[in-house]
Amino acid sequence: MFMLKYIIRNAFRHKLRSLLTITGVAIAILAFGLLRTLVGLWYLGVESSSSTRLVTRNAISLVFSLPISYKERIRQIPGVSRVGAMNWFGGIYISEKNFFPNFAVEPRAYLDLYPEFLLSQEEQKGFLLDRQGAVVGRKLAAKYGWKLGDRVVLKGTIFPGQWEFIVRGIYRGAQRSTDETQFFFNWDYLNETMRRTIPRRADQVGIFVVGVSNPERAAEVAQAIDSTFKNSLAETMSETEKAFQLSFVAMTEAIMIAIQIVSYVVIVIIMVVAANTMAMTARERISEYATLKTLGFQWHHIAGAVFGESLFIAILGGSVGILGTFPAAAVIEKELSQFFPSFHVATSTTLLQLAAALIVGASSAVFPTWRAATIRIADGLRRIG
Amino acid sequence: MESETGIVTIRNVTKSYRRGSQVVPVLEDISFGIRSGEFLALMGPSGSGKSTLLNLIAGIDKVDSGSISIGGCEITTLSDSELAGWRAVNVGFVFQFYNLIPVLTAYENVELPLLLTRLTRRERREHVEAALDIVSLSDRMDHRPSQLSGGQQQRVAIARAVVTDPAILVADEPTGDLDRVSAGEILSLMDHLVRDFQKTIIMVTHDPRAAEKAHVIRHLEKGLLTDG
Repeated sequence: MFMLKYIIRNAFRHKLRSLLTITGVAIAILAFGLLRTLVGLWYLGVESSSSTRLVTRNAISLVFSLPISYKERIRQIPGVSRVGAMNWFGGIYISEKNFFPNFAVEPRAYLDLYPEFLLSQEEQKGFLLDRQGAVVGRKLAAKYGWKLGDRVVLKGTIFPGQWEFIVRGIYRGAQRSTDETQFFFNWDYLNETMRRTIPRRADQVGIFVVGVSNPERAAEVAQAIDSTFKNSLAETMSETEKAFQLSFVAMTEAIMIAIQIVSYVVIVIIMVVAANTMAMTARERISEYATLKTLGFQWHHIAGAVFGESLFIAILGGSVGILGTFPAAAVIEKELSQFFPSFHVATSTTLLQLAAALIVGASSAVFPTWRAATIRIADGLRRIG
Repeated sequence: MESETGIVTIRNVTKSYRRGSQVVPVLEDISFGIRSGEFLALMGPSGSGKSTLLNLIAGIDKVDSGSISIGGCEITTLSDSELAGWRAVNVGFVFQFYNLIPVLTAYENVELPLLLTRLTRRERREHVEAALDIVSLSDRMDHRPSQLSGGQQQRVAIARAVVTDPAILVADEPTGDLDRVSAGEILSLMDHLVRDFQKTIIMVTHDPRAAEKAHVIRHLEKGLLTDG
């Protein structure tokens, strides 16, 4: 009890110094948490990809399309449960800064293949029946104030023209991590328009999303699909959704590694700063520790006081940092939703932050604790004057 | 050899310090005794070794050779851990700059040595209040050192020194940082402890007026006792 009182009072002995140290630790832990969340989000698409979905694309590049006629042939391959055509639309809403992902999809197949997008029965029906119908994510709808029945116009970039859609559904994610900023509409609307305006681009598909009945046979099914179209004009490359997502992530992996390194560097920097503060604190109190030893307190009492104080300051700063991470993440999610559809701080990140705070507290206490615990009484008392 | 049956018996004590590669002798072949209830003043110029001798007697430094027996216990053979336990029970300390813990109140400072005992919270309170009463500071028990004058801080330090009822008090320049009036009060208090509580006090001092209060004065010069 005495030791706890002594530790707490010592921690606030130099209020400004303690406040600055606590603030420093808090900012470092906050930054660490946000950077770890960012890294986690980058891989979220990979982690949340389904093991029952394959992606089939043109073997040369994603830029090249596949004929819609492939759909039926893929469907006939054993192990395939569902096939849906999909095109990246790349439309712009009012201005280029309003970026959000938008796709042309086959409504029935898409809703079956992506059960994580939750829609009411009425909304599903409305989407299936309306050629110009579009479904938007909850966050996207909230951002632009869209409601059911609203008319939304996108300016085509890959597919030229002004494209008019009617909002028929606003989906919410089944999980906290589900992207709620997507916009998807009926592939037939795209294809029929292409038939009228640029016929050579009609009946072309960006990717096929393929549902497999048994995830354990995914590799076998992918191989069967690619074998089917071997030596054709448009050979295919099929891979699991996870591998498909990873191919995007791999393009920016160097940046992610750099961010991970920075997140650890932040912790190392605050560790050094905290260690310096604790060393300074312990040095100032050497005579006090010598006095306590004179009175009969042993080295482990002194070590406990120094170590406890360092840990107390780090935990206090860490707690402030951890608590601050959530509102900071909410602000980022709100303000930068086009880049981070779900800036959610994972429990594992919070635990990592706590561990980082404890490591900062413990490591910065090592040298001052050893120094204070091993000081000879006579030497310590001599510091007085 | 003087006072073979005294509470403190020092025999052929030698102590030196290392300064780089040099060995600096501080005490050479010191032998004397202190009787129970005696108020002894150790005097001498700076660097004569009086504080070192006090530290050796108090068990906070170790001899190079020789022996120190206190109340029948040969402290030179004790380990650091044993010495810490021995000090907590047998010796009270009074320092020139009081050495109170600034973040603790007068009460808490006096209570410090009792935290190492098995006394209950209530028993500790009784002891602390009694000790503060001896130094006439019962009304200041909730004050922190920074809220007390130098003389009052030294009285708190004396209360802390006597709270465990040790047989011996060691005081290193206890009046060195005080004005004349406060110094007089502290010396009277120490005299009171010797007379009414039968404490044995060993005091290092430069101040001849402080030394006048002592029963015995020992002079050290260049690590040697100059008065027998």
